[in-house]
Amino acid sequence: MTQARTTPSATVGPYLSIGLTWEDGEHVVPHDTPGAIWIRGAVHDGNGNVVPDAMVETWQADPDGRFDHPDDPRGASAQPGFRGFGRSQTLSGEYAICTLKPGRVPDGEGGLQAPHIDVSLFARGLLDRVVARIYFADEAEANAEDVVLRSLPESARQTLIATPTDDGYRLDFYLQGDRETVFFAV
Amino acid sequence: MTGTTSASGLHLPQYLREAAELRTPVGFPDYKSTALRAPLRAPVDLPHRLTEVTGPLLGEGRVTAADADLTRQHTGEPQGQRIIVHGRVLDSDGRAVPHTLVEIWQANAGGRYRHVVDNWPSPLDPHFTGLGRTLTDGEGRYEFTTIKPGAYPWGNHHNAWRPAHIHFSLFGRAFTQRLVTQMYFPDDPLFFQDPIYNAIPEGARHLAISRFDYERTVDNWALAFQWDIVLRGTDQTPFETEDDGDVA
Repeated sequence: MTQARTTPSATVGPYLSIGLTWEDGEHVVPHDTPGAIWIRGAVHDGNGNVVPDAMVETWQADPDGRFDHPDDPRGASAQPGFRGFGRSQTLSGEYAICTLKPGRVPDGEGGLQAPHIDVSLFARGLLDRVVARIYFADEAEANAEDVVLRSLPESARQTLIATPTDDGYRLDFYLQGDRETVFFAV
Repeated sequence: MTGTTSASGLHLPQYLREAAELRTPVGFPDYKSTALRAPLRAPVDLPHRLTEVTGPLLGEGRVTAADADLTRQHTGEPQGQRIIVHGRVLDSDGRAVPHTLVEIWQANAGGRYRHVVDNWPSPLDPHFTGLGRTLTDGEGRYEFTTIKPGAYPWGNHHNAWRPAHIHFSLFGRAFTQRLVTQMYFPDDPLFFQDPIYNAIPEGARHLAISRFDYERTVDNWALAFQWDIVLRGTDQTPFETEDDGDVA
């Protein structure tokens, strides 16, 4: 029995801002939400230059580790004002997402994953998205147990761990080179 | 719900992982800007857990019916061939993907994008921006009314032209299904020199080309093109090529 073939991916191209700009894209939560943090960073190419035409999308659980989605066997759980999804372009040189730190989510093997955010990164020069995760440097214990981080060599692990800033965290993405981010086949 | 809980853990849908040779690679030498942007290392497999099998189910309240008609977003009507672009969003198991957000953008009839970076000598159309949004209906159907985009030149190689195309962005129901793609038009003479099209494995290129749909043309109004979009499903039966005779 053959399945239908999936539609092939293409680059988002240089003009993505025409179609994919949401005024509220960067606000996973409104800026005045108690506990709101900004996660920022730059995307770099193989020469270390900043990529100004990339788009970063984020998807994460709420602070209780829940998703508002019917495929979560624990039941869909919606937190008012929390969208779970963020979308930010790097026109200014950086992406920025205003969100809440995610809670820990079961790993399906009896343990809990460390707080993390799934990331899709799109740009001219990428024929498909690249997928990464954002982890948090101030979650050392949880990170040490995390089923995904544990499977990576230490240097690779560091490319996914955001460092604290005055108003949140920072993680830069490196598409190529010595500091190349660990990207995932999802 | 497609997942269940049990004493031994969570049972989650597992999404199809197509073989690399069936998918567009992230980098392709003939597409010059991938040289500095496509990751050089092979990606690490990420098993499908809760974050991957969920995703934003957005669109309600974000989209109006008017957003699906790119010819009526200004005080006048745009120049060019009015077309209806329609189809279904399905997954590879054949199931409709209902109520999912589809976003499109494109150049005008002369191949000019309304964007600061595009300044080749083809005029902007004061009555065309080129952005559309819609939600698929309960059967996964979508429909846009727009203007057939023109081809446009770019700097990838000497005398490089992008075939006429419409950019599509889809969420599906899960993070694993997220897709950004481009729809082409049948009988375009420019495919032979387009690396973005040719980066698609040869056997899959036809999946990116719409079908002229005479039945859906509207007399005295618009031509029509039909294009189904297939996202990853959850059936784990390995994909069989035409060469395989037997079912496992």
